[in-house]
Amino acid sequence: MGTTGIPTRITQGTPTKGGIGESTLRPDGTLKVTGEFAYASDLWHEDMLWGFTLRSPYAHAEIVSIDISQALAQPGVYAVLTYEDLPTDVKHYGLEIQDTPVLAHGRVRHHGEPVALVAADHPETARRAGAKIRVEYAELPVVTDEASATAPGAPILHEGRDDHHAGHVPHPNIVHRQPIVRGDAEAAARRADVIVTGEYEVGIQDQAFLGPESGLAVPAEDGGVDLYIATQWLHADQRQIAPVLGLPEDKVRMTLSGVGGAFGGREDLSMQIHACLLALRTGKPVKMVYNRFESFFGHVHRHPAKLWYEHGATRDGKLTHMKCRIVLDGGAYASSSPAVVGNASSLSVGPYVIEDVDIEAIALYTNNPPCGAMRGFGAVQACFAYEAQMDKVAAELGMDPVEFRQLNAMTQGTLLPTGQAVDAPAPVAELLRRVKAMPMPPEQQWLSAGGTPPRSAGGTPTRPEAGGETADVRALPGGLSNTTHGEGVVRGVGYAVGIKNVGFSEGFDDYSTARVRLEVIAGEPVATVHTAMAEVGQGGVTVHAQIARTELGVTQVTINPADTQVGSAGSTSASRQTYVTGGAVRHSCEAVREKVLERGRAKFGTYHPAWATAELLLEGGKVVTDGGEVLADLVDVLGEEAIDLELEWRHRPTEPFDLRTGQGFGHVQYSFAAHRAVVEVDTELGLVKVIELACAQDVGKALNPLSVVGQIQGGTTQGLGLAVMEEILVDPVTAKVRNPSFTDYLIPTILDTPPIPVDVLELADDHAPYGLRGVGEAPTLSSTPAVVAAIRAATGLALKRVPVRPEHITGT
Amino acid sequence: MRVTFTVNGRPQEADDVWEGESLLYVLRERMGLPGSKNACEQGECGSCTVRLDGVPVCSCLVAAGQCQDREIVTVEGLAEHAKARTCGTGACGSAKGTGLDEAQQWQARPTDESVELSPIQQAFIDAGAVQCGFCTPGLLVAADELLERNAEPTDADIREALSGNLCRCTGYEKILDAVRLAAVRQEA
Amino acid sequence: MDFLRPASWEEALAAKAEHPTAVPIAGGTDIMVEINFDQRRPDVLLDLNRIGELQEWETGEETVRLGASVPYTRIMENLRAELPGLALASHTVASPQIRNRGGVGGNLGTASPAGDAHPALLAAGAVVEVASVRGTRLIPIDDFYTGVKRNALAPDELIRAVHIKKADGPQQFSKVGTRNAMVIAVCAFGLALHPETRTVRTGIGSAAPTPVRARPAEEFLAAALDEGGFWDNGKLIPPAVARQFAELVSGSASPIDDVRGSASYRRHALGVMARRTLGWTWDEYRGNERTIRCA
Repeated sequence: MGTTGIPTRITQGTPTKGGIGESTLRPDGTLKVTGEFAYASDLWHEDMLWGFTLRSPYAHAEIVSIDISQALAQPGVYAVLTYEDLPTDVKHYGLEIQDTPVLAHGRVRHHGEPVALVAADHPETARRAGAKIRVEYAELPVVTDEASATAPGAPILHEGRDDHHAGHVPHPNIVHRQPIVRGDAEAAARRADVIVTGEYEVGIQDQAFLGPESGLAVPAEDGGVDLYIATQWLHADQRQIAPVLGLPEDKVRMTLSGVGGAFGGREDLSMQIHACLLALRTGKPVKMVYNRFESFFGHVHRHPAKLWYEHGATRDGKLTHMKCRIVLDGGAYASSSPAVVGNASSLSVGPYVIEDVDIEAIALYTNNPPCGAMRGFGAVQACFAYEAQMDKVAAELGMDPVEFRQLNAMTQGTLLPTGQAVDAPAPVAELLRRVKAMPMPPEQQWLSAGGTPPRSAGGTPTRPEAGGETADVRALPGGLSNTTHGEGVVRGVGYAVGIKNVGFSEGFDDYSTARVRLEVIAGEPVATVHTAMAEVGQGGVTVHAQIARTELGVTQVTINPADTQVGSAGSTSASRQTYVTGGAVRHSCEAVREKVLERGRAKFGTYHPAWATAELLLEGGKVVTDGGEVLADLVDVLGEEAIDLELEWRHRPTEPFDLRTGQGFGHVQYSFAAHRAVVEVDTELGLVKVIELACAQDVGKALNPLSVVGQIQGGTTQGLGLAVMEEILVDPVTAKVRNPSFTDYLIPTILDTPPIPVDVLELADDHAPYGLRGVGEAPTLSSTPAVVAAIRAATGLALKRVPVRPEHITGT
Repeated sequence: MRVTFTVNGRPQEADDVWEGESLLYVLRERMGLPGSKNACEQGECGSCTVRLDGVPVCSCLVAAGQCQDREIVTVEGLAEHAKARTCGTGACGSAKGTGLDEAQQWQARPTDESVELSPIQQAFIDAGAVQCGFCTPGLLVAADELLERNAEPTDADIREALSGNLCRCTGYEKILDAVRLAAVRQEA
Repeated sequence: MDFLRPASWEEALAAKAEHPTAVPIAGGTDIMVEINFDQRRPDVLLDLNRIGELQEWETGEETVRLGASVPYTRIMENLRAELPGLALASHTVASPQIRNRGGVGGNLGTASPAGDAHPALLAAGAVVEVASVRGTRLIPIDDFYTGVKRNALAPDELIRAVHIKKADGPQQFSKVGTRNAMVIAVCAFGLALHPETRTVRTGIGSAAPTPVRARPAEEFLAAALDEGGFWDNGKLIPPAVARQFAELVSGSASPIDDVRGSASYRRHALGVMARRTLGWTWDEYRGNERTIRCA
């Protein structure tokens, strides 16, 4: 069975509409625009209770005592639970390392850690009861960075570690360490004509998905529980929930509810176990919905990072070597820190050819907010630093920054620092060329053309200009706040390119499962696709239907809700779902097709020799030969009996990186994107308006071009947010979160987001289904450094930290 | 306390409302109208936008008691509202919430089924402006109101009118496309 | 919690007299957030939405009497000529949805230094009309803000309206936020030229415990304009004067470091905004003068 290429589509009859490569519309679109789509926070059940979580006000403290008696005595309160109420010996969970307490036991390790739970008949009753739980804390000294984490006598966040990284880390407050050594960086440095060093910092970014963490747990008569939940991976949740509840996995039945965005923030559990505990204790359905404040404590964030880099280059512009050290702060619990270290280290060189490297990445345990998965993890932090370095080296050499990058760009066949060859197209130079070739936005577009005053119902402030022209503040830095009418505004242009791995790496058994059924309903062939893939907005449901249409030649496809009745689909993470679950759907469809053809041969084989000799396809509801001749109607072949198959599919295996040298075939696939940012900076006030953020990305094959562009624009915008505004601020003394709200954690509005022209390149990766590449993350990488490069170009400042604040630009 | 008001053209009554409850909570949890979304509950995202006596507001910042005798239009009533605007009838469809049974039976359906949509709703689907969809209801209510008072908005007008609605998935480009599309179709 | 829905202003004043701890709610921008996030549980909420006159304004010969609940959107759309500074400030308030419901009464009642209306009200020299069953008081804006989120209201008083003189000269408002829309002020500045009295007034937001005027800057500028005969000759203001004005504005603030910005940035930004808004207002003044002369 071939794994690449698109079935030859030679058809006499009706082509199958809505197959891959078309911009078919979302099957859930109508429900979403009418308000009927049921998100996890919309669920309702007769008799349901509301859950509330009491959280730690301290980042590090001993819990001296907890008194729940007053809370329990409140009318309307059905249960108050603490660590003592956990039903089994399994009291911790975690994606890779089970170090996260379901409820705090004797100690809290970060601000906002769950301590107790309440179930009551109204959310306000639950909140008031929560306020009556008396918890006595004794504050402990906090660990907040590498120095305090590894200082002699530093508090150890997790005593007696026995996880599989414990043996190789230099200190128990280091979750994981990955060195990568290739060639001889020291020797190569001696060949360099210029050596450029830099120290960079990335703040804590939040996924800030709009749909808050929520779910509904319904106790079942068989002693199990049904959980309706917004998550990224149903089966990973189930695997972590069941042992804590003391239930076999098949008694924790999970159904995916509508998910209001994820971006990595739903990879870890939030309220899943809590809602189940309350439901099982009270015997009633329990709904939990975090509010925005709580959401900032309820999920992990992007790792903040400090990065030290050294690059060398020869006078003719060839990179000689790279050394770097990347320190990621994982916060109180491990979450996906080990994988983030793996990505950061293995991709730390960027999409460039550098043969001699010396790399080290570590993730810390601290009392800061726990950090884990967020779009592009590990690679985002590294890309900000190496792209800043590229500009710096180019400047040192007096070279054009794009030409310098192109000169050193990797190509197919380049060896990564891990020794792994990039064995698919790597059009890095081409993406840069394309993005640079796009037309530039007009200068001073804030002067409205022709002197006509800007239209605005709200009476936009304008300034009379010499030529009768008027400035539209909506197009200027500061926007509606009316801070400049052009004064101090300087334009800058910046470029960046990045590399992201697709799929789960380092030997993880990354598979997915798809059940495909083909049957005749009301005289029409209908396919039903059932997977456990979490549709979080990315459009996987659209693509699955397209694949089924292409592979089975049917028009009608039903996508069943995702649940645990079918095998695992893996996580909606790492740009992997179209590749892996899309691959699984295709694989199951191919198997179904084989069954159809078997049945067809048995039924009709004697009528036409082509049944035995030709390559057969399903197309437009018919069985056709590869020459386009129609052999039979699918309806007739299928008859009364459905074909129904559930199969697993996995991408080619990877292997762990060597713990000393970092060598290994660690990644499945790579994804590349390049950006050009055009910004206008009010250099006096330090305010930034991004004018345009153009992107070129290789997607291998755009299964749904409309969705692909949507992913690229969305990812680009999240990168813009990290560049200029998004950061969770943590008090360096208390380790408390200072801005857990949408008032002070700012994400881009429509007035902050510029036009994002997208150039999609399709160079097939022969290892992947249809030649596709995961799309979601790559645009989040290069967006940030491109914007910052443009700000540097406008201001002449070094700007080593994101987000760039007005203080950095104005030196105040 | 009891609150009596009109939602999507239909008289509604809510009993035992806690005095601190927002209009958003009453719509979502008492009226069975969860279309208005609870993304921030602090007026910083616009996902709960409804029309209050015709004016777009954040329903999270309206105390339920303030709605006594007033008229609300939510995303669930948007198609009817738009229809009434064009055809001059005041009829309003029956709004319903999502019971668990319905939620369990959720199935992706083709988009061309016979659900009547307002122009802006259809444009959001057609332009690819919907991803996770959590911001969509609030954006639809805000965008519909923009097109009601300004049939030919410039891009800057659209951006200003929607600057109180956060979207985390799309980067807003397709949302702009959708509003442009609806404006053009409206004109046609 | 009780929820009172007075149908008239008199009923509202009676209710406030009976329940002095009652928290008035109109646009809900501040109080609903505090309730939604469990930060505040007032005994009584006093809904002011049913009192129609709070949402109305009267334009007199010299003054606009602006109802406390006139939405910012209406101010932007309808009072740009009379109250240009406040109209500009209104446009920067939060989001369109919030501007549709919030009014200056809320900014004044909360008296947060970050309220967007304050600098414009200070610069225009507004007077706050407050009332109780005991009668009506007119409080000059300069006496209104008494401390961090504190104002001169007595427990039984409600804000009825704001009296603002119709602009007799150019006014400007500028606000720094780290986002291009829907953002709370890092700091803000309002400036009003008053050619009739040959004075200037200013207002600073988010850079002191209360909204404040930059009096030394006002006095300096008024004197400089006077001495140079600028009001009459309409000449360009010398850069040195603008610089000095900016420095004095900056020096009038007493900002702190917080999550939204550093104290030193706030001082710096105030200076920049002062210089720019002076340029914009003076350009406009000169333009008007020229237009008048040409006519």
